[in-house]
Amino acid sequence: MSQPAQPPPGTATAGGAAAPRPRARAFTLRLAPGRGCVIAVPYLWLAAFFMAPFLIVLKISFADQLMAQPPYSALLAWSEQGYLTLKLNVGNYLFLARDALYWTAYLRSLEIAFCSALLCLLIGYPMAYAIARADPAWRGMLLMLVVLPFWTSFLLRVYAWIGLLNNNGAINNLLLALGLVDRPIVMMRTNFAVYVGIVYSYLPFMILPLYATLEKLDPTLLEAAEDLGCRPFRAFLSITLPLSLPGIIAGFSLVFIPALGEFVIPDLLGGTETLMVGKVLWDEFFANRAWPIASAVAMAMLSLVLVIMVFQHWLERRAAARA
Amino acid sequence: MSRRTHPALLGWLVAGFVFLYVPILSLVFFSFNRSKLVTVWGGFSTRWYEALLGNAQILDAAWLSVRIAAVSAGLAVVLGTLVAVSLARFGPFRGRALLAGLATAPLVMPEVITGLSLLLLFVALEQAIGWPAGRGTLTIVIAHTTFALAYVAVVVQSRLTGMDPSIEEAALDLGARPAKVFCVITLPIIAPALVAGFLLAFTLSLDDLVIASFVSGPGATTLPMVIYSKVRLGLSPEINALATLLVLVVTVGVGTAGILMQRGTRRRTG
Repeated sequence: MSQPAQPPPGTATAGGAAAPRPRARAFTLRLAPGRGCVIAVPYLWLAAFFMAPFLIVLKISFADQLMAQPPYSALLAWSEQGYLTLKLNVGNYLFLARDALYWTAYLRSLEIAFCSALLCLLIGYPMAYAIARADPAWRGMLLMLVVLPFWTSFLLRVYAWIGLLNNNGAINNLLLALGLVDRPIVMMRTNFAVYVGIVYSYLPFMILPLYATLEKLDPTLLEAAEDLGCRPFRAFLSITLPLSLPGIIAGFSLVFIPALGEFVIPDLLGGTETLMVGKVLWDEFFANRAWPIASAVAMAMLSLVLVIMVFQHWLERRAAARA
Repeated sequence: MSRRTHPALLGWLVAGFVFLYVPILSLVFFSFNRSKLVTVWGGFSTRWYEALLGNAQILDAAWLSVRIAAVSAGLAVVLGTLVAVSLARFGPFRGRALLAGLATAPLVMPEVITGLSLLLLFVALEQAIGWPAGRGTLTIVIAHTTFALAYVAVVVQSRLTGMDPSIEEAALDLGARPAKVFCVITLPIIAPALVAGFLLAFTLSLDDLVIASFVSGPGATTLPMVIYSKVRLGLSPEINALATLLVLVVTVGVGTAGILMQRGTRRRTG
């Protein structure tokens, strides 16, 4: 390539505007009258319908289970002597900690989410790489093909796999017709089906951030390596892979975090061996009507997600520092 | 970059697309199956489409879902744009970090937690102030708006930070008031992001099962809730027909949007 390093035409507008400008001049709208209103409206909405609910979940996770409507006790009450008393019941958390079922559910969720994210990475990386190196005229089309399944119903895409994986489903019918197996392979209601469902549903979320970093990769680096006698695989390991690390971290967490709390896939495709937190929470709430326990399960899951996000942030900063 | 792609890499890409599309194509294929056994081919028929069009439960649920999606996507676009403008244009202000956190947290929050927490809020509110009285369409709209506005905020904010600020500055320097600058200059420029945000919010709302199941009440059954209850009982050819219609709408929609966007890029760059 003899071209000087120029941004590709598609990113010209975005690249040009991203140049640093003096802050004070760039944000003159800040002096707008009524800006308080603009900030306050979404602020109040989010405080009311996103932050307040968590405080209530936290509160109910410390309440007692009651046979009433709603089925939990109040934390604050006036005692007979006229004092305001606060009663915190940590029993729900102790119950979670003592029962092996919940430990298994959390560990199994972590395991399934991690392995699914890893599988998405292994399948998605070569795909993203191939799209990033494809003819620019084709790239838009290929990316659209990656995104298209995302716009069709998630529930219906999981449903499609029931038809494929069933004992009398399309895959087994095909294998039987070809004479490859004598009797159907049991795939539905197993962990295998859950892995297939999660990898299938979340693969686009892995490919997109990977593509975004791979597309920006400067090809002259690889050419320089090649000119200096570096073999392609070695060049991939020492140049492409480290430079695409931000995309790997982003894609991994975009798959890992939602998969952790997934309910639909383990419920429709998984069997009794598939114990995941999302399903446990759902059952505690809808089947057992145990609101305080469900709240405690939610708080524990939330702490887990927070820990993972802090870790992700730390990884991102390390990757940025190395680059 | 026009280096030749390795054949193995190309093969992998094709296999990946096969993996992504075979399930969807199988849904479409078996929707034209005469047999009630979804996966056993019994000849071509459109009877399940007729059955679908005669199924009042599915049609009512679909109509409710579309209305909920339209209202909550509209609200999400307004609120999400306000968040994006606050974060991208107002410089530092007190509580900015909290707003940024609140606006992005719904993106990573597991759905079961969002659903549970909103339901508990609605129950507590009803106990305390009597609003919302019961749960149903209104509570689903509020829930969907809340999680969809985060997606809108991300899309619009990236468009706002990507646009050239000198146009806004020029208008301000020439004496236009900020509100006018926003309506006349900013809004037309970020319009594609608003449309994209609306479509995203609409799709997310139309697709949501978990949160709606938590915050819904008797009388408000959305399409995913009906699909879910049918799917739990086993395969149903009507659902295949429904999926096929949905795939058709989405393909036409995304295809048109893609072509329009490509034309727009070409016009701008060349």
